[in-house]
Amino acid sequence: MVQYSNTRLDASFAALSDATRRGVLEQLGRADASITDLAEKFHMTLTGMKKHVGILEQAGLVTTEKVGRVRTCTLGLRRLEEEAAWIERYRQLWDARFDELDKVVEELKLKEKVDGRKKRK
Amino acid sequence: MDARRENEPTSVTNRTTVNRKSERELVVTRSFNGPARIVFEAFTKAELLRRWWVPKSSGLSLLSCEADVRVGGRYRLVFGHGASKPMEFYGRYIEVTPHSRLVWTNDEGADGGAVTTVTFEEKGGKTLLVMHDLYPSKEALDGALAGMEGGMRETLEQLDELLVTLSASAGPL
Repeated sequence: MVQYSNTRLDASFAALSDATRRGVLEQLGRADASITDLAEKFHMTLTGMKKHVGILEQAGLVTTEKVGRVRTCTLGLRRLEEEAAWIERYRQLWDARFDELDKVVEELKLKEKVDGRKKRK
Repeated sequence: MDARRENEPTSVTNRTTVNRKSERELVVTRSFNGPARIVFEAFTKAELLRRWWVPKSSGLSLLSCEADVRVGGRYRLVFGHGASKPMEFYGRYIEVTPHSRLVWTNDEGADGGAVTTVTFEEKGGKTLLVMHDLYPSKEALDGALAGMEGGMRETLEQLDELLVTLSASAGPL
């Protein structure tokens, strides 16, 4: 399970204490949106929406990515941190598999050696 | 070119690396202290495959393992985990080049799964294995990684619950 630090949890609660920000999360749950889209939907200035998104982003509830002049918001935790953890988990699985495979390889090598000796006899 | 490396003692730990090469590609590499024909054999004989594919540390058990390794042949692996429903993984081999290359599909996903390419490169009695997964989309790869960890989904579910509770207590927005 993902471990929340207390500060992270506090930041999440602070972020969720505002009705507009909860609305933004609901909206992003349906589809990604740009800050401009969100500002329009919530009848708000761009600056006001940027501030809300910034708070959600700090709490790790939303990630944003700027492509060209548009900043797109996505529901989710800090992707890079999450991804690094997933990849490490995946690496551990394969490492464990390959340690077992090492044993099989050693055994087959030994068997080849023995069989080779038998053939020569 | 790599002549010097061939003389390294075999006790050097062979490290498994995983890299996300692009949004849709994941690459796993590892060296083995044995010739390619042996590593290839361990990948292509069901009775050998079943001995290493499910490490004890995973807490899983392998209920069945079938692998008909030839072009168009199928494989099917079934894992059990305690009382939960068994998980099934299956697909087809689309390329089989003895001792050097294996390509298979992963068909258990709903919208077309990844294509896995494994290459076996022998150098001085050691084999470098490169396992390359190409997913149909970025979302498919994200999903595969998240599904394994379960963390992201779990966290988002918790967030959903929290949202429901908070919007209920806050009244209409």
